[in-house]
Amino acid sequence: MAKTISRRIFLKVSATGGALVIGGYLPGLHETGTAEAASLFEPNVWVKIGADDSITIMLSQLEMGQGVMTSMPMLVAEELDVDFKKIKTEWVPADPKYGNPNFGGAQLTAGSNSVRGMWKVLREAGATARAMLITAAAQTWSVADNTLNTENGEVVHRASGRRMRYGSLVDRAAALPVPKTVSLKSPKEFRLLGQPTPRLDIPEKVNGKAVFGIDVKRPGMLTARVVRCPVFGGKVESFNSDKAKAVPGVRQVVKISSGVAVVADNYWAASKGAQVLDVKWNEGPLANLSSVEIMKKYAVLAEQTGKIARNNGDAPAAVKNNSRSFERVFEVPFLAHACMEPMNCTADVRADRCDVWVPTQGQTASHEAAVAASGLPGKAVNIYTTYLGGGFGRRGEADFVTDAVETSKAVGKPVKVVWTREDDIQHDFYRPITYIRMWGAIDGSGKPVAFMQRMVQQSLMKRLGPLPPDGVDRISVDGSATLPYDIPNIRVEFIETDPGVPYGFWRSVGASVQGYVVEAFIDELATTAGKDPYQFRHDLLSKAPRHRAVLDLVAEKSGWGKPLPAGHARGIAVMEAFGSIVGQVAEVSVTNGAVRVHKLWCAVDTGWVINPDTIKAQMEGGTLYGLTAALKGEITIQNGRVTQHHFNDYQMIRHNDAPEVEVHIVPSTETPGGIGEPSTAIAAGALVNAIAAATGKRIYKLPIRPEQLRG
Amino acid sequence: MISLTINGKQYDVDVSTDTPLLWVIRDTIGLTGTKFGCGLQQCGACTVHLDGVAVRSCGVPVSSVGAKKVTTIEGLSAASSHPLQLAWIAEQVPQCGYCQPGQLMSAAALLAKKTKPTDADIDAAMSGNICRCGTYQRIRRAIHRAAGA
Repeated sequence: MAKTISRRIFLKVSATGGALVIGGYLPGLHETGTAEAASLFEPNVWVKIGADDSITIMLSQLEMGQGVMTSMPMLVAEELDVDFKKIKTEWVPADPKYGNPNFGGAQLTAGSNSVRGMWKVLREAGATARAMLITAAAQTWSVADNTLNTENGEVVHRASGRRMRYGSLVDRAAALPVPKTVSLKSPKEFRLLGQPTPRLDIPEKVNGKAVFGIDVKRPGMLTARVVRCPVFGGKVESFNSDKAKAVPGVRQVVKISSGVAVVADNYWAASKGAQVLDVKWNEGPLANLSSVEIMKKYAVLAEQTGKIARNNGDAPAAVKNNSRSFERVFEVPFLAHACMEPMNCTADVRADRCDVWVPTQGQTASHEAAVAASGLPGKAVNIYTTYLGGGFGRRGEADFVTDAVETSKAVGKPVKVVWTREDDIQHDFYRPITYIRMWGAIDGSGKPVAFMQRMVQQSLMKRLGPLPPDGVDRISVDGSATLPYDIPNIRVEFIETDPGVPYGFWRSVGASVQGYVVEAFIDELATTAGKDPYQFRHDLLSKAPRHRAVLDLVAEKSGWGKPLPAGHARGIAVMEAFGSIVGQVAEVSVTNGAVRVHKLWCAVDTGWVINPDTIKAQMEGGTLYGLTAALKGEITIQNGRVTQHHFNDYQMIRHNDAPEVEVHIVPSTETPGGIGEPSTAIAAGALVNAIAAATGKRIYKLPIRPEQLRG
Repeated sequence: MISLTINGKQYDVDVSTDTPLLWVIRDTIGLTGTKFGCGLQQCGACTVHLDGVAVRSCGVPVSSVGAKKVTTIEGLSAASSHPLQLAWIAEQVPQCGYCQPGQLMSAAALLAKKTKPTDADIDAAMSGNICRCGTYQRIRRAIHRAAGA
């Protein structure tokens, strides 16, 4: 039932052309740092150099804590050879020329694709500007280009030591043809990339000045809260707004597509109005849906053969013919994203234009939603982005944009729609519930000879477009179809179904399931074979040297094999996700079923490094996101509605149970991988393996409940 | 009219008496550094000080504030100069940053009471503040740094 998002995004890219001005930053609320110099050198869309030596670098990927506001301009600055402390940044409008190649040119910040999609584009932008400045200086001094160097915003003539500031070269450089090709530095030549660089967004995030979507203020703005049908897909049958309108401050009560919006002078009045609003719902066809029944149906579906995602050798025969073979069943629940900033959006719809301020991961998708809801032509719709108070995939959707645009259109005033925490938890696009059968076999010498998986899940890929002809969702099998271990018989099957629960992209997506299931099962193969779980993996990774190096590093740093305090045990896991290889060791103890995670070690090979401290921060935080899910996360559905409401029944790891995560980065010159999601994917794997080492009990169902570990 | 002293400045606000202090600060006064995260005092994003004590402003009716002095993140220091703000920058604590005003206000109330807090003190004072980005270990380091440990 979930709407396809990115297919529309792809169509949009070709339809918008260059005329649209969407995206950009909150006018008047943020220093954009636009160069006001009389002369400006703009060799491409990413960098502007002023006669006053100002360097302005354009930002297209949106900041939700993953550090792109800093790492993206670092890529430009490295090749341009400028002092990073002196650069200015400016958020771009949405326009295909600023799109991310990894999304077919759409502007979207997702899937750990900011660095992966943009590094080459941005480095070439910097290198092009530098090459033109060198040529401009060479012409000025009548010397050859190759006698010149650049450093810190100046061109230097090596022989004479003469120097010229970039700013003094802008007019001459601007008159030059843009070179068709430029050479990029080798990683050994990096001066800025690889150096810990303070993030540009942090100063205004410690004094309350950072503007998030929920902080947007517009003249004459009203605030709305939407009352939604608790049942997925339910509709308003009728409503009586008398009591709501009697609340002081409530201005209007209007029906929109997601429910009934109570529009008031401020949030508190809207909230009180919403609480007394009488709505009669038509709950629709999903009113009897339950997650228990969904899982039962999945178990039945898993009796059938699925679509083949990977097939080496003959895994079914190897399982059947081997005396040391076994089957295990894994179950994982629906999960909500629970961004700290509740969903919100501000819209001002007039007769001839629509302005939208929104914390979104996708400028293109927000624009599309605002066009549809306003009924205005694309060029009349402007999207302004803010900082995001968490994204995790949730803000790649645009349902909150639709809420705000429809409400503003209905009342004829600027409106900010603010979701409650209950709305956020009960009306998410959930990480899909999953049922997985696993089979494995060990031969007489203790070598694994078969690995087989059959998974049942809603198709994540269908949110982007149709499944490929083979019927396999490559996103769902991310981590199993890509199994790195040298096992002769491997088979991975995928079975698609859709019970109707809204589902979507949750930090690490398909790998959020596979990092757990695959690494838990490999660990059980190891212990069944009587092998050390680290050594077992190491031996199977002879054809995957990067995986092996990461595994070895994390084992070494964690003191794998060395004595531990009584009751403590370690677990290990390794996988590739989003183009990076990540390995993890967890140290835990279990007391009366209660799991205590004492410490985690993380090693990552993410290729050459931009900002190492950002990588560490993402590994730390991503790990806790995965641990929270493994230890606490479960959305259940009864009578078509979500059972959980709040942080009291959808719990988060807090200070008192957050372990330290120690991160080690593998030196690498490989192409950069993604960094926002891999540690989330693997966290449950290392954790359940440590629990098995501590208690002898394997975890086949998440989240981990004390009852599973008692007795 | 209800009189409030926020960050050393007096405000007279015309709001219904049951309005939570959070929404008076955000919607009426217009100081948006204090965040709405849950509305049920479960996440700590709305933490402010009442006479130096950390409270969840989403659960404090404005009528109960009386003469107590309210301090928000905007009033924690002039020019981000509080030792905790400097430590937050030094340790590169924030990721998305949404919970951090609340984290800082809880930490500031802790440091005002205990100049050298232990890890157990930090657990006790800070566990009401959720960070979904998982910056807890950096927050802990930053508090110790600010305490000169």
